[in-house]
Amino acid sequence: MEEFFQQLTNGLAVGGIYALIALGYTMVYGVLKLINFAHGDLFTIGAFLGLTLLTSLGLSDHMGPLLGVIALAVMVIVLVGLIGFLLERTAYRPLRNSQRLSAVVSALGASIFFQNAVMLIWGARPLVYPHNILPTTAISIFGMDVPLVRILMFSTSLVLMYALYYLTHKTKIGAAIRAAAIDQGAAKLMGIDVNRVIALVFCIGPALGGAAGVMVGLYYGQISFTMGWMYGLKAFTAAILGGIGNIPGAMVGGLLLGVIEALGAAYISIAWKDAISFLVLILILIVRPTGLLGERVADKV
Amino acid sequence: MMNMRTLLLFAVCLLLLALPQFLNPYWTDVFNNIGLYTVLALSLNIILGHAGLFHMGHAAFYAVGAYTTAILNTQFGVPVLYTMPLAGLLAAVFAMVVARPIIHLRGDYLLIVTIGIVEIVRIALVNDVFGLTGGANGIFGIARPMVFGFKLKKPEHFFYLIWGFCLLTIFFMHRLENSRFGRALNFIKEDDVAAEGSGIDTAYYKLIAFVLGAFWAGMTGTIYAAKMTIISPEAFSFWESVVLFTIVILGGMGSIRGVLVGSFLIIGLPEIFRDLAEWRMLVFGLAMMLMMIFRTQGLIPPPPRKYDVLAYLKEAAGAVGGGRA
Amino acid sequence: MSLVQLKDLTKTFGGLVAVNDVSFNVEQGSIVGLIGPNGAGKTTVFNLITGNYVPDTGEVLFDGTNVVGMRTHRIVHLGIARTFQTIRLFQNMSALENVLSGCHCRMQSGIFSAMFRPPSQRREESAAVGRAMAELEFVGLADQWNNAAKNLSYGKQRLLEVARALATQPRFIILDEPAGGMNDHETQELIELIKAVRDRGITVLLIEHDMSLVMKVCEHLVVLEYGAVIAQGGPEEIKNNPRVIEAYLGADDDLL
Repeated sequence: MEEFFQQLTNGLAVGGIYALIALGYTMVYGVLKLINFAHGDLFTIGAFLGLTLLTSLGLSDHMGPLLGVIALAVMVIVLVGLIGFLLERTAYRPLRNSQRLSAVVSALGASIFFQNAVMLIWGARPLVYPHNILPTTAISIFGMDVPLVRILMFSTSLVLMYALYYLTHKTKIGAAIRAAAIDQGAAKLMGIDVNRVIALVFCIGPALGGAAGVMVGLYYGQISFTMGWMYGLKAFTAAILGGIGNIPGAMVGGLLLGVIEALGAAYISIAWKDAISFLVLILILIVRPTGLLGERVADKV
Repeated sequence: MMNMRTLLLFAVCLLLLALPQFLNPYWTDVFNNIGLYTVLALSLNIILGHAGLFHMGHAAFYAVGAYTTAILNTQFGVPVLYTMPLAGLLAAVFAMVVARPIIHLRGDYLLIVTIGIVEIVRIALVNDVFGLTGGANGIFGIARPMVFGFKLKKPEHFFYLIWGFCLLTIFFMHRLENSRFGRALNFIKEDDVAAEGSGIDTAYYKLIAFVLGAFWAGMTGTIYAAKMTIISPEAFSFWESVVLFTIVILGGMGSIRGVLVGSFLIIGLPEIFRDLAEWRMLVFGLAMMLMMIFRTQGLIPPPPRKYDVLAYLKEAAGAVGGGRA
Repeated sequence: MSLVQLKDLTKTFGGLVAVNDVSFNVEQGSIVGLIGPNGAGKTTVFNLITGNYVPDTGEVLFDGTNVVGMRTHRIVHLGIARTFQTIRLFQNMSALENVLSGCHCRMQSGIFSAMFRPPSQRREESAAVGRAMAELEFVGLADQWNNAAKNLSYGKQRLLEVARALATQPRFIILDEPAGGMNDHETQELIELIKAVRDRGITVLLIEHDMSLVMKVCEHLVVLEYGAVIAQGGPEEIKNNPRVIEAYLGADDDLL
């Protein structure tokens, strides 16, 4: 029971990260019907930028750990959001009206480009985040000790997810995003500047991914230039699991995948941990490609 | 015109035959790698280039072939080259089993699922599945192949084996392209609903494309295992699939010449700029983006098929029910 | 004799009933028009016949065989060919190759004969090219054989779709708005073409909005509204049917 509970909380903490990254995939897919393969690498860039800013500016020394981390997150969110914006402008916008698969290849190229750019800038060896920032204490829930970091991670991702949910479902610009996702042509006719919506989505998605990058750095301590690839695939699986294009779906899918993976690693085999996620991905695409919360639509002939 | 082409082909073959005499072993080995990647990319070209199926797990089929050879040779003492048909066959069976449930998936979904498959295969190999694959260290001590009592061991020996197989592959691929089969794949790539509506069994042809591509990749796995004498899971990672994918896309989907040029550029060129080796993948990534924006069809798109129709133009009017008035 | 019999076909999408209990027959050797206002479910009926959609209930009998549940290429093989409302040619391929796609289902050679090219493969290939050229000639596009489909005019692309469908050697051909995007002159030629198709012994079912074409070429009309058959009969009979007039008023004045 203790073991189960520990794995559950661990799964939820990691799942929150998957969910944050998955939101980027799902939002871009929603408006452009494009899998942004470079998204995982934007997450990596977030982690590395975070480390550089943290150590060079000494944020947590000047402002204390809490404010320091918040300031760091804000900077990373802005910077990675900007990179996402530039990515859309250069690699995807010119392909807006060409075959869909051309954009997929371009996205793949962007992914390879970013990953290797990170390697050339920060080196091929893994880097380490400072250890002394997050608290190491544990708190007791139902008589079981849960590391405070996990709770912090989980609640941070919930806050960010709620912020996004509020933005997309309660504000005017959010309505524009959802409208563009349903029918770009009609949205245009209704006076929505679809180009601006797409640019915005390409800022928000990567920004959340970048924040997730910082969180992973702080949580696990170690970051490497290839990490975006595995996290990206997992997060994409989460997006598919919840129903791609569906924002609440990405949140549910991320948490669910985190838990499945943690329990799978504990009770089946840790060596097969990554394979479990891929199996989930393949099974869901075969059995229910629209995901848990997605709706079935007939292909028009 | 036809004579010119035959002559040119003949000259190229002669040049290939003589090439190892002018190269040191290092560069001979570079050419061997280019040859291997050409064959692999040509086998992927059936699936990706002709049928338009975004398959990024080709290394999985290659791995099945290479491991089949390695296991049969080291455990059961089967001579390496004898394992080739079986390596191809097992890769083909594997392809049939994994591709069957997923071939109906849309382009980008298929891409991600095939990435998942190649990763699962790699993880399975690392975890020493069935206790046969040797785990993360792989299998070593694969015997050198014998051809008519002659043992192949130097790079120049493998040069002839690899490029001989490559020429054979090009010959068959050229014929497959210009056939009912090749056309059917192209119809599917262009519009699979219309292809099905024109009477083509699209599910069958997609599956056959996978099976045939896997068969060829599996056979190439045998040659790879023989050349390296050591194989390990890392040689069949997702990045191998990315390199193959890039060769086909940059060279020109469905184009044999494109694949050849792509292999030379992507495998050969970095050898010339070895000091800049770590920039290799960055440049590929950039090239993929630029190519999609400025030249979607790749460097050398496939030439249109040739049909001899002049004979029909005259008699055609009379052939169908007397035609219209 | 009825070549095609639709029996109680119903198809719903989510909550929307697109086709509601539709039944009608198509007589061997006839030209039948399926008409009705936009969104009446005409194309859905076509998609049900060709296996693109599977009906919730009902049967499609082709020469006595129920084709419901068969995959589209099997249905084509049985002898039902179609064209698409939104032109679906293989845009980057030549006109000849487009028609060769139709020949595919009457050919045999597989990957081994492609690799080793026995004489039978060469014979089959050249026969197919001959047949494809004959179909191009039949629709008047023989001189365009080497042009990519995307370079043909809209009207010619429609004709190419017809040629591709004919190359499957069908007994029954379904044309979805064949005159869409054609000028008057092309439409006149199309009328002759449709009659010539029928004279080859091929039964025709077509959807068309151009009422002058429908009235000239069809011997029997089936009228659909809100997914249900509201009338059927000869052109004169339909023209004077009060329910049809009501359904069309304001929607399409051409009928009257």
